[in-house]
Amino acid sequence: MTGLILDRAGRVWLVLVLLFLYAPIVVMAAMSFNASPFYQLPFEFSLDWYRALAENTAIKAAAWRSVGIALATMVIATVLGTAASIALFRYEFRGKRVLQVLLFPPIAIPWLITGTAMLVFFYGIGLGRGTPSVLIGHVALALPYVIVVVTARFATFDVTLEEAGRALGASAWTVTRRITLPWISPGIVAGALFAFAVSFDQFVISYFLSEPGDSTLPVLIYTSIRKGFTPEINAVSTLIIAVSMAVMLVAARFSNFGGDR
Amino acid sequence: MAEVTVREVSKSFGGHKALDAVSLNFPDGGFFALLGPSGSGKTTLLRTIAGFVAPDAGTIRIGDRPVERVPVEKRDIGMMFQNYALFPNLSVADNVGFGLRVRKVGAAEERRRVGEALELVQLPDLGTRKPHELSGGQRQRVALARAFVTNPRVLLLDEPLSALDKALRVDMQVELKRIQRELGITTIFVTHDQEEALSLSDRIGILRDGKLVQTGAPREVYNAPVDVFTAGFLGEANVLPGEVRDGVLVLPDGATVQLPDAAPATAWAVRPENLTVTREKPDGDGINVVPATLQQRVFAGAMATCLLTVAGRSMKAVSLDRALPDLPEEGPVWVSWDIDRTMRIG
Repeated sequence: MTGLILDRAGRVWLVLVLLFLYAPIVVMAAMSFNASPFYQLPFEFSLDWYRALAENTAIKAAAWRSVGIALATMVIATVLGTAASIALFRYEFRGKRVLQVLLFPPIAIPWLITGTAMLVFFYGIGLGRGTPSVLIGHVALALPYVIVVVTARFATFDVTLEEAGRALGASAWTVTRRITLPWISPGIVAGALFAFAVSFDQFVISYFLSEPGDSTLPVLIYTSIRKGFTPEINAVSTLIIAVSMAVMLVAARFSNFGGDR
Repeated sequence: MAEVTVREVSKSFGGHKALDAVSLNFPDGGFFALLGPSGSGKTTLLRTIAGFVAPDAGTIRIGDRPVERVPVEKRDIGMMFQNYALFPNLSVADNVGFGLRVRKVGAAEERRRVGEALELVQLPDLGTRKPHELSGGQRQRVALARAFVTNPRVLLLDEPLSALDKALRVDMQVELKRIQRELGITTIFVTHDQEEALSLSDRIGILRDGKLVQTGAPREVYNAPVDVFTAGFLGEANVLPGEVRDGVLVLPDGATVQLPDAAPATAWAVRPENLTVTREKPDGDGINVVPATLQQRVFAGAMATCLLTVAGRSMKAVSLDRALPDLPEEGPVWVSWDIDRTMRIG
């Protein structure tokens, strides 16, 4: 009897949690399809805001810039991060533990602080603001995620497989390419998607490091809202959410969230 | 195929001496077992020959070629791992063909040799399977085929049968011996199972605490162990108490044991299977007879074990159960053995 009550209570609780998480998003997505610019009900379906979005060159330019930076971040962070994970897995060296521990704080440090530090640093070295700074900042943010995800995949890898490959006459490079990389590839894919998502959704760092008129999509949205809100922003936000969720779902599938399938 | 020579090889891990000036010769085409308890250095020695462990001192030759500075992949070895280490993402045929592909033998040649190798290990039809679809015994055969298909100069086997259950293990011992004979590859084989070492190999090296204790043919090592440890490690040994006076061993209870020769020894012993237990005192020439107390008779089907006390010391005798028809379950008995079966230790 108590089991049944707990079961019911659990379901109600789950619904409440999901409502809490998704209600604002659902409202926003719905309003992006509403004809009224002032959120007036009754709801009247319209694609006007998406049409307006398609004609808004500033938003489109920012969107493409965001995608470009996210793709570049993904490629750079994945290559560097995977190489780092292989090194951490394969070699014992001085300070390895310290290095591994130091990978985690950047994930926990508030972005505001990281962003400020980066801004100070880039001015200090004379690079200043601009797309190169944004890219470097995003790679630095994404790198720990890639290393953590790929290293987690390595935990399931049997090191004697590499020894077996070498005993069969394969060079370290051939063993890496034919044995190691195929095994950790789901981790690499998941890490790459994380890196893309971290960069694409990034606001604070981008806001600090980008030049005016050269901003990424989240920065543009922020500045537009300050100027005056239009449902166009609902439309673009809905698109971003759709893309981000798709990326995260694929990443979750590859990285085996919550254990084995 | 080649002879493998290890000279004065030492290796320490931290402060622990895993190998202590080990010198050994593995004859060309021979089947050599490295035997020892865990931590004896046998696996370290095998991994040093393979190239996974760099020795601190000493030389290793495969054939005429010193290999201490040669990386694993250039040593032309075949190695089989305890957990088989089959590549999970490759099919059986691709696993076996991996070393051939690395050597760039060509697709047709690779197919032919993989086919032959799988034929030899009696798995001709499983080429397209993935390792996780195979049974333990099949995986073991695939791992073996992968190790020898490149026709290496030496085959290194690290506890190749220990992951199998008992019945399968005996079958595979026979198989392994057949395949090794057929190929004639110099084979070095690490095991902690003394029976496996005795039945498979034509030479045995016994290691203890990183040192080579004894080498020789299985019978030689079994019948003339150099110390009490080896005697007890290779089967069981009843070490006889007492001291030698005028060429005769006098037990603590005063009974005497004739010795096969007068040369000095560290100790004398008798293997359990050489002891005969009888109710009446046997007589005859060329045998030792001592009184004993039968503590317990353990029936195990074909065989029976008698747990005895001889001159205050526990001993064990093993024989066919049908050879002990009129023996009581316990009480005073006589123990006898051929004088020649008194085993010298050291």
